Amino acid sequence: MRAVLIFARFTLREAIRKKMVLGVLLLSALFVGMYAYGFSSLKSNFSERVATGDVPPIDFPVFASVMVQLGFYTVNFLSGVMAIFASVGSVAGEVDGGTFHAIVPKPVRRWHIVVGKWLGYAVMLTVYVSLMCLSVLLVSRFIGGFVPPNMVLSSALVVLVSLLLLSLTVLGSTFFSSLTNGIIVFMLYGVALMGGVVEQIGRFLQNETLTNIGVITSLVIPSDAVWRLASSLLQRSGDLSVQVIQTPFTASAQPSLPMVIYAVCYALAAVSLSTLVFSRRDL
Amino acid sequence: MQGPAHSGGTGCRTSTGVAVTIEAGPAIYVENLRKVYGDKVAVESLSLQVEHGEVFGFLGPNGAGKTTTIKMLNGLVRPTAGRLSVLGRALGDPEARRRIGFLPEQFRFHEWLRAAEFLDFHGSLYGLSRAERRERIPGALNLVGLEGRAESRLRTFSKGMLQRIGIAQAVIADPKLVFLDEPTSALDPLGRRDVRDIIRTLQSRGVTVFLNSHLLGEVEVVCDRVAIVTEGRVAAMGTTTELLSGDHVVEVDARNVSETLLAEIQRRYSVLETNALPASATRQTGSSLQMMVNPVIADCRFSLSIADSAVPALVELLVRDGAAIHALVPRQRSLEDLFVEIVQIGGDR
Repeated sequence: MRAVLIFARFTLREAIRKKMVLGVLLLSALFVGMYAYGFSSLKSNFSERVATGDVPPIDFPVFASVMVQLGFYTVNFLSGVMAIFASVGSVAGEVDGGTFHAIVPKPVRRWHIVVGKWLGYAVMLTVYVSLMCLSVLLVSRFIGGFVPPNMVLSSALVVLVSLLLLSLTVLGSTFFSSLTNGIIVFMLYGVALMGGVVEQIGRFLQNETLTNIGVITSLVIPSDAVWRLASSLLQRSGDLSVQVIQTPFTASAQPSLPMVIYAVCYALAAVSLSTLVFSRRDL
Repeated sequence: MQGPAHSGGTGCRTSTGVAVTIEAGPAIYVENLRKVYGDKVAVESLSLQVEHGEVFGFLGPNGAGKTTTIKMLNGLVRPTAGRLSVLGRALGDPEARRRIGFLPEQFRFHEWLRAAEFLDFHGSLYGLSRAERRERIPGALNLVGLEGRAESRLRTFSKGMLQRIGIAQAVIADPKLVFLDEPTSALDPLGRRDVRDIIRTLQSRGVTVFLNSHLLGEVEVVCDRVAIVTEGRVAAMGTTTELLSGDHVVEVDARNVSETLLAEIQRRYSVLETNALPASATRQTGSSLQMMVNPVIADCRFSLSIADSAVPALVELLVRDGAAIHALVPRQRSLEDLFVEIVQIGGDR
């Protein structure tokens, strides 16, 4: 465990030193600023219309809910991109660069290295996603006066999405070069996004083929399925059994608890497999 | 992948105060080690033994499988077959790894680290406590001549400095066995001398050093024992005195050497080097009945490995053929002579 923590700390320190953290924080601050500006502009626009008697047909909480979902969607997407690009060379980069030659012979197990690096990125992503979700929720609460349901659970699911992508990328990194791995995982991520849309269209049109394509995609890479669950939770009032409010961002049937369990197992399997692959690899 | 069975064991107290049992027997034991990548044989069948406290030179031409062997001994590459043990332990044993230092040939490090942080990180991988690391880092930097650079980032280091910090990393945990794979490849002559001194310091502390180097002169000066590897096998192994005793090397500078004579010499003796101008004239030899035209080399220099007692016969052979001997200098064989001889026998070079 001690060795795992050494590598986790080292990974975090590397991310800070290489100014990855700084860059991400600056751009995220920009996003939060723009998000807050947009939210307040929407709010004042709505209030203006109410004041002039031109009351919009939809209540403000619906707009606010959509805004929160947009915010979470952006956080979800950004953290996914960050998970992939931060860890794309986590193993391959060090193998290609030769830095492992002096590290692997040390009295540490190879799985310590892989799990330690994974943990370092996982901590970074968890803190990042939590901060970003919190920012979105604070903007919604204090600028829009709106508090969505299931805030903590939805945020946790967005964290899960990023950890899932991280695990998949670390696994890819034990097989492929950084560039190849980046392309492959990012394409899978894109496929998952499309698969989600296809599934929703399929359900809307009651087309079984499209629905099945979506479901299969979710099994291959469950990132979007977990996101859709997070998104639907943000719109529900209370527990999971309550009927979903219909908005353009939801579909009639949502993936649920089994999908979350599947996603967690998926991530664990990916990390385990990556330690196995790396343990057998010649360097 | 079990090491040889050793009976008993000797206790060895480390500087950290933890008693570590280093079993009796060799520091490194390798038997019929083999590595195959796909259909390419990197190491054919290698056997060697390195005793505790020895400085062992590991030599051979490029592609002989030296680095692959060192990688196998350090757990970077899995052997296809063979038995090996390091410090009396099976490969990968954490207790043995704690006592092993390694400077890889491809010494690439995390260049965003400062020198002291780099050593701190590697020290922590060895399991050294914070206090131990703090205590040892200045000494390690001092040993490799990088004192005063503790706070410099590795990014700003020259190749030679990176190689030095790599050596510091290999000795930070006070190892019993150190592998140095081409430790002087990026160093200038002064740096090489420094590394030689470092090896001697390690030797005086009883550390076993496994040295892979192309600089044969250097190996000759510093190593107790040497193995020469060609095509994944040990072609010669022994102490430098053993390997270099016996035959002398004779350097010959002669004029008017016929091509047939040169061919004859190459057939009879182990010629290390030939430096002959192309034949510029011919000479008629033989009786009037059977005249032969034989091309003659005006300026011919060659060196060969020869027993002391055989030198007069060589002189006679040259003189009888009508060659004019300008110089014939016998000298002690060097490791380079032996190396060239062995590698030439090996074939394609």
